Amino acid sequence: MTRRRWLVPYLLMAPGILFLALFFVLPNIQMFLMSLSTKASGTGLARTYEFTWAWENYAKALTDFPLQFSNSLIYGGLATLLCLVIGYPLAYGIAFRGGRYKNLLLFLVIAPFFTSFLIRTISWKIILGNDGAFLSIIRDVLGIVPPNFSILGTPLAVVSGLTYEFLPFMVLPLYVSLEKIDRRLIEAAKDLYAGPMRQGGALIGGFAGGGLAVVLMAGFGYLPLGVDHLPAIVLVAAIGGITGATIATLLVSESFTRIIFPLSLSGVFAGSILTFIPAIGDYVNADLLGNPRTQMIGNVIQNRYLAQNDYPTAAALSFLLMAGILIAIFVYARALGTDELTGGAE
Amino acid sequence: MSAAVTSASAEGASRVSPARRAGKFADRWLMPVYVFLALFYLALPILVMIAFSFNDPPGRFNFVWGEFSLAAWGNPFGRPGLEGAITTSLLVATVATLIATILGTLIALSLSRYNFGGRSGVSLFIFIPMATPEIVLGASLLTLFVGTASEPLKTITGGALFPLGVQTILIAHIMFNISFVVVTVRARMQGFPRHLEEAAMDLGANPWTTFWKVTFPLILPGVLAGALLAFSLSIDDFIITNFTSGTATTFPIWVWASIKNNLPPQVHVIGTMVFVGAVGIVVLGTLWERRSERRDRRIAAQEAAREVARLEAAQLSPAD
Repeated sequence: MTRRRWLVPYLLMAPGILFLALFFVLPNIQMFLMSLSTKASGTGLARTYEFTWAWENYAKALTDFPLQFSNSLIYGGLATLLCLVIGYPLAYGIAFRGGRYKNLLLFLVIAPFFTSFLIRTISWKIILGNDGAFLSIIRDVLGIVPPNFSILGTPLAVVSGLTYEFLPFMVLPLYVSLEKIDRRLIEAAKDLYAGPMRQGGALIGGFAGGGLAVVLMAGFGYLPLGVDHLPAIVLVAAIGGITGATIATLLVSESFTRIIFPLSLSGVFAGSILTFIPAIGDYVNADLLGNPRTQMIGNVIQNRYLAQNDYPTAAALSFLLMAGILIAIFVYARALGTDELTGGAE
Repeated sequence: MSAAVTSASAEGASRVSPARRAGKFADRWLMPVYVFLALFYLALPILVMIAFSFNDPPGRFNFVWGEFSLAAWGNPFGRPGLEGAITTSLLVATVATLIATILGTLIALSLSRYNFGGRSGVSLFIFIPMATPEIVLGASLLTLFVGTASEPLKTITGGALFPLGVQTILIAHIMFNISFVVVTVRARMQGFPRHLEEAAMDLGANPWTTFWKVTFPLILPGVLAGALLAFSLSIDDFIITNFTSGTATTFPIWVWASIKNNLPPQVHVIGTMVFVGAVGIVVLGTLWERRSERRDRRIAAQEAAREVARLEAAQLSPAD
């Protein structure tokens, strides 16, 4: 009995690991084989495929969908950036100012998970629609956009949907990393005269704010980048820069930049991976909130698999996504370890 | 020299104080206001869902507010195929939750209770399915299920092993739920009191009894939290289900199919029911946990009081 004790952990996890091997690893191998296959015979669902080392599927996948690829990267990137900007202060507020309401606040962060993701996206369609609440405020009441301005069918709508959908995935790892920080370090920093950020902070905040404003406006397609549009670009950068500089000088302290932020970087990376990767693969937001010009790579995969039965190209696209994830996760694991990703922190 | 010191400190004070005051103000007021606004943003689509379940829309799509109506609540399943879709959803979610919770809890136990070769590798392996986009999980499963009917898998399976349907949805849901259960259970096992198990073993309990009498009651809240997460992920899943369902219809699939030509308020009614049900379970669970914690503390206090009384009595008794 005691001689076999080393077997116990392996036996405990065997059934679950076996299930994942059969229905997670094997399908991905099968998908990789499919991505190198060509049509053999038949049409529609009865079509069969032959494994032929068809690397040209990858060339086709990479070159045939430039719009969808760039949309995926841009929208996924913008959504990740927005999740970080919105989610960091939220996670910080809950971790440092949550007090005895921490658990309740965290529950409110994950409350959207208890509603169907489709219905939440439909809700955004209602809110952002031409007769919706958001446009009637900024168009009819405030009058900051022209009467024919609409949001649905634009990159702004798709990125809004993605940002909303993945915000909890950003907040939770950020919260975990912030919560773990030893509060005595902050006390020590204060004892050593860590005060508000001064001129250097204003500079950093100004550049960050200006850059963010230009990236967002350009990403949404409202600000064409080019020499002819320089005045508009400068104006947007200036507005963002002044906002950023104000926030940095007035609200950000040295104990934050020197202690809290560096110690929360593992959460920033984990949250960014958990937001960016699924956001790239999403197709429901682009389908319900966007238009044909805002389609993402997920829409192509979905369409090729479920409507056109063109498995090899779709498999090549999916496998490219999978490869990206594996690289991101291994880089993360090498740099920061694996336990934090799976709920253990021993 | 003393002048230099005073001027420096005066300069320091004047430079620091407005920003310090802003920092204090932010701590006091801005942070709570921001947290409230951010949580309101997260809750907004849910509030819209609840509100639009009471809508009588002007057209076939429940996108624009018409007038207040209880019609959809009076007849929540009154659309063809809707009741069947909900039954399928509940069936799949229940079975998938049961199996994924058992498999996931076993992995969590093994990861957090034992130190073994390859432990961090297993940790990483568990994480990968959670980070994989749902579309890749769905697409790869569909490739597998379709591939069982052709070469090279055909030689092993001998033809179509997996006709798409409820069974393939179940497989998919169990697969993506395992990792979430592992992570939830593992997080709740931090700071697990190992000495209680050792005490039970010292008192002659065998491993089986120790597990059911000591370990299991202690990890039960974590297991239930994992099961609840699995259930809500499963009942809401659309993307993976869309790839693996074939002609079977779950509630999200029904919504997706109907949204192209109509969207009845019944969708919002059922969404609201699921939401209220899930939140209700969480609230009840929290209350139950609090109550049992209080009861444990009370019992401990009573035991302590009895012990003290016994010791006092023992101290008094040597007098005779």
